[in-house]
Amino acid sequence: MELLVAAGIGLLTAVGLYLVLRPHSFTMIVGTVFLSYAVNLFLFAMGRLTLDRPPLVDAGATSYADPLPQALVLTAIVISFGMTALAVVLALRGFLETGSDRVDGGRPDPEPAPTDRAGEAP
Amino acid sequence: MRIALIALLPLLGALLPPLAIRAGRNACTAVTAAVTVAALVLLAADAPAVFDGEAVRTTADWVPQLGLSFSFFLDGLGLFFAALILGIGLLIIVYARFYLDRAEPIGKFFAYLLLFQGAMTGIVVSDNVLLLVVFWELTSLSSFLLIGWWHQAPEGRQGARMALVVTGGGGLLLMAGMLLLGHAAGSFDLTDILRRGDVVRASPLYLPILLLVLGGAFTKSAQVPFHFWLPHAMAAPTPVSAYLHSATMVKAGVFLLARLWPVLAGTEIWTLIVTPVGLVTMLVGAWIALLKTDLKAILAYSTVSHLGLMTMLLGFGTPAAALACIFHILNHATFKAALFMSAGIVDHEAGSRDIRRLGGLLWLMPIAATLSLVAAASMAGVPLLNGFLSKEMMLEAAAHASYAGNAWILGTLATVGALLSVAYSARYAIGVFLGPRRSDYPHAPHDPPAGMWGPVAVLVVPVIAIGLMPQFFAGPIVELAASATVGPAPLPDVTLALWHGITPALLMSLAAFAGGAVLYAVRTSLARLVARAPRIEAKAVFDGGVAILVAACRRVIEGLHTDSLPRYLAVITATIVVVGAAGFFAGTHAAGAREELAVTLPAIVAFVLLASTSLAALVVHRQRLLTLVLTSVAGLIVSLAFLQFSAPDLALTQIAVEVVATILLLLALNLLPRTSPAEPGLSRKLRDGVIAAAGGLGAAGLAFAVMTRDAATISGFHVARALPEGGGANVVNVILVDFRGFDTFGEIIVLVIAALAVVALLDTALKGAAARRLDTLRREPKSADVHPTVLVVVTRALLPLALTVGAYIFLRGHNQPGGGFIAGLVVAIALIMQTMASGTDWTADRRRVDAHVLLGAGVLIAGATGLGAVLLGRPFLTSAFAHVHLPLVGDIELATAMLFDTGVFLAVVGTVVLALARIARVERRADRTAVSGMPAPSRRGEA
Repeated sequence: MELLVAAGIGLLTAVGLYLVLRPHSFTMIVGTVFLSYAVNLFLFAMGRLTLDRPPLVDAGATSYADPLPQALVLTAIVISFGMTALAVVLALRGFLETGSDRVDGGRPDPEPAPTDRAGEAP
Repeated sequence: MRIALIALLPLLGALLPPLAIRAGRNACTAVTAAVTVAALVLLAADAPAVFDGEAVRTTADWVPQLGLSFSFFLDGLGLFFAALILGIGLLIIVYARFYLDRAEPIGKFFAYLLLFQGAMTGIVVSDNVLLLVVFWELTSLSSFLLIGWWHQAPEGRQGARMALVVTGGGGLLLMAGMLLLGHAAGSFDLTDILRRGDVVRASPLYLPILLLVLGGAFTKSAQVPFHFWLPHAMAAPTPVSAYLHSATMVKAGVFLLARLWPVLAGTEIWTLIVTPVGLVTMLVGAWIALLKTDLKAILAYSTVSHLGLMTMLLGFGTPAAALACIFHILNHATFKAALFMSAGIVDHEAGSRDIRRLGGLLWLMPIAATLSLVAAASMAGVPLLNGFLSKEMMLEAAAHASYAGNAWILGTLATVGALLSVAYSARYAIGVFLGPRRSDYPHAPHDPPAGMWGPVAVLVVPVIAIGLMPQFFAGPIVELAASATVGPAPLPDVTLALWHGITPALLMSLAAFAGGAVLYAVRTSLARLVARAPRIEAKAVFDGGVAILVAACRRVIEGLHTDSLPRYLAVITATIVVVGAAGFFAGTHAAGAREELAVTLPAIVAFVLLASTSLAALVVHRQRLLTLVLTSVAGLIVSLAFLQFSAPDLALTQIAVEVVATILLLLALNLLPRTSPAEPGLSRKLRDGVIAAAGGLGAAGLAFAVMTRDAATISGFHVARALPEGGGANVVNVILVDFRGFDTFGEIIVLVIAALAVVALLDTALKGAAARRLDTLRREPKSADVHPTVLVVVTRALLPLALTVGAYIFLRGHNQPGGGFIAGLVVAIALIMQTMASGTDWTADRRRVDAHVLLGAGVLIAGATGLGAVLLGRPFLTSAFAHVHLPLVGDIELATAMLFDTGVFLAVVGTVVLALARIARVERRADRTAVSGMPAPSRRGEA
């Protein structure tokens, strides 16, 4: 099971890194979302994997999953939402301000050809 | 503490003039003057002790590890300089009130002036040499503001920049020198360093210390070859020039040489460097002063020349010469401040500072002209005035000094310097005030108001008084300052007197007058001759040097600093990968011994799903909507993993955040382009692919290595105490709201800041270029059924249910999976669903509480809970709890941690709702344009 989880973490990291290195803001943000999945899982895994022993104190239980990484990751998930929100809005504002959503300093992309429906007036 | 206040009072007082200006210019001047007078009174209160030979000292630690302390002390030299700085400062304040135009913001001017005054006073009363450097740089900064006062004019800006570069750069040299000095002497306190001169001179660091300190002093005091900044600083208003170049700023360098004289002087190398630099500066300054036609330029170069004179005297290294230097500092400050101020009067009243357009002013402005003539005569060294006395002492010292074994060269060149000084002084006085009246002055000249000539008169009084009775008026303070300068060395038994008999100095002085008269007579043909000779323009050299430096910096920066975010990220990621790989290959790789969990079929299915969606996202990432869908599938599998591995809280949080984040990205995608264009070229994809694969491999390997090893954890503590001390069975929640409550408090503040940043970014997007682009965004036609009835009905019916679920999750959170974070997300989703189904307007009309209020309330409640514990004498955020039995509901537990959790809950709801509502508002603006019926014109298409 550990191997599967580790492979999952590696896969999410690789996909996240590749997307983060793309030249457009939206793809980059999606990349950070993948990266935060990977990082959160990684941090969680630092408490080792445990089955069916949630850290809820119970007289009958003898051992629990490590609650400390869970508490760390819980706030990390919420904070990464805050970060995504800020990054999205920054990207949006940058796009509205300059007309380009490129983050690699290249020239704005040419306007995509309008589809048939886009030209219709309501 | 009183001595510290002498310097701190003007610094703090700098806050007052900008406020006092509301009460008028006179009130503002009065307040500024009052600050200076208060500092003078404090100084006077300590003066008797200094005269009695007591050490007046105060100290407070600042950064003791660095040897930096707030130490101040007052001795003869400090008292002498502080009195000059504050006394002349007071006169300048009065003068500036009348000099500056009514339209000038005089409150700001006085603030800068007091800042400078405080910094300057700080230099002369600092005991700690590092503190001295701090004040030293502060004078460079504040003089920058003053010199650049008329920053509308290019000369003002250039002059200020040049002064800052030269003196600020010198300050850096000085800082290095002081650090070495403190190291060599074993203390950063001047009082200690002054006593350890022998140790410093014997140290191998002596030469670097000397060169660095001289670098600081020579730049500040405008010694050749750094003299060029001073004349360009004349772009400042005249009160500033009068202040900076008579008693302060440029004297700081001389002060420093005098201050460290007992430590650094007395060696052969000192004399070899300092004496010729001073001598050359004296001659060069005087020579240029003779050729200039602008009054302030003449005075500026004359100042350079006199500074050279003082430096040369200190360079001689004898106590007699040091005494002459101190005496000349006093005399120069009085006559030069008077001359600068009267140059300002001439400029003000006659409308020109060009000596070729002036003349005969004695008959038109008799008071100001008489005062100027007396001061100019003192500058020339005419007997019965103070300038004569110190010049005699200088010539006497030069006559007895020898340079590199040559006994007559210093005396001869010093006489030449005096001769030049006679010539330019005569040219100044005669050219401006004597001679016939003219008919073509730019303004009709007349005497200025008393407020302008009054300060000049106050300065001319000591010029005459000291000239007549030097021992009575200046003897005690000069001797006090000089004995403080020379330190342990005995001061020669000199009485300041007008007549010493027929001495070599008197003969040299007479020769200087005769030569000066001849030079004045041939000045026109001389000027013609010089005009033909080639010249080095110092400003051009300086500008050229700066241009080369700027170009070099630009090349380096342009190489390092590109516009490309992916390039930075690639460099950072590649570095991490390389460092990680280095660690990996340097270590051992034994397999972990921890027993692994068995692989189950659902786990394999989940992994295959995760792998296929992630890889699919890689392939289709240019189709943004599709990528988003795939991303949320991956997120869902992550939350299943949390659930599988005993983390129900995390699973709940992940699912809730997934929903919110997807909505957020969808909203953004509505305005952003739907697809990314194809990237040309394979090489970049390949490069990124290699970096990403290496990073993924590293993360997987690291995770696997850790998971297959056993480790000790500190969580036993939390599990054991969660119930008895935190009052909750859900250990994760107890950690969040109790054990690590302070962390959580910080985290909700981060969330709130992110939300406020979102608001700031989007609210301003409804104006300017962003708003215009919103109007022209080409949008796809909307579905005819914007708010489907089924959705509206279902969400409205669901709202109470969703809120109840939120409340339930919140209440049980302390003992079961749940809590403030998750409940906040659930409630936020319920509210957002209303917006999506029924529209922004519908929800806005029904919203009673602004999301801002939720944010504020959340942080305040959480903070207040923590403070409650402090009020009860416990550490911040200590929780208390009690079990209460309610009929029907049963046994419930009330903990202060729950109150804290309420704060978390409110902050989360506020953040999510605010962020999404603001994006929705921006969209509505775009919608309104689309709904107004016109196909949006595409401006981008036209361009």
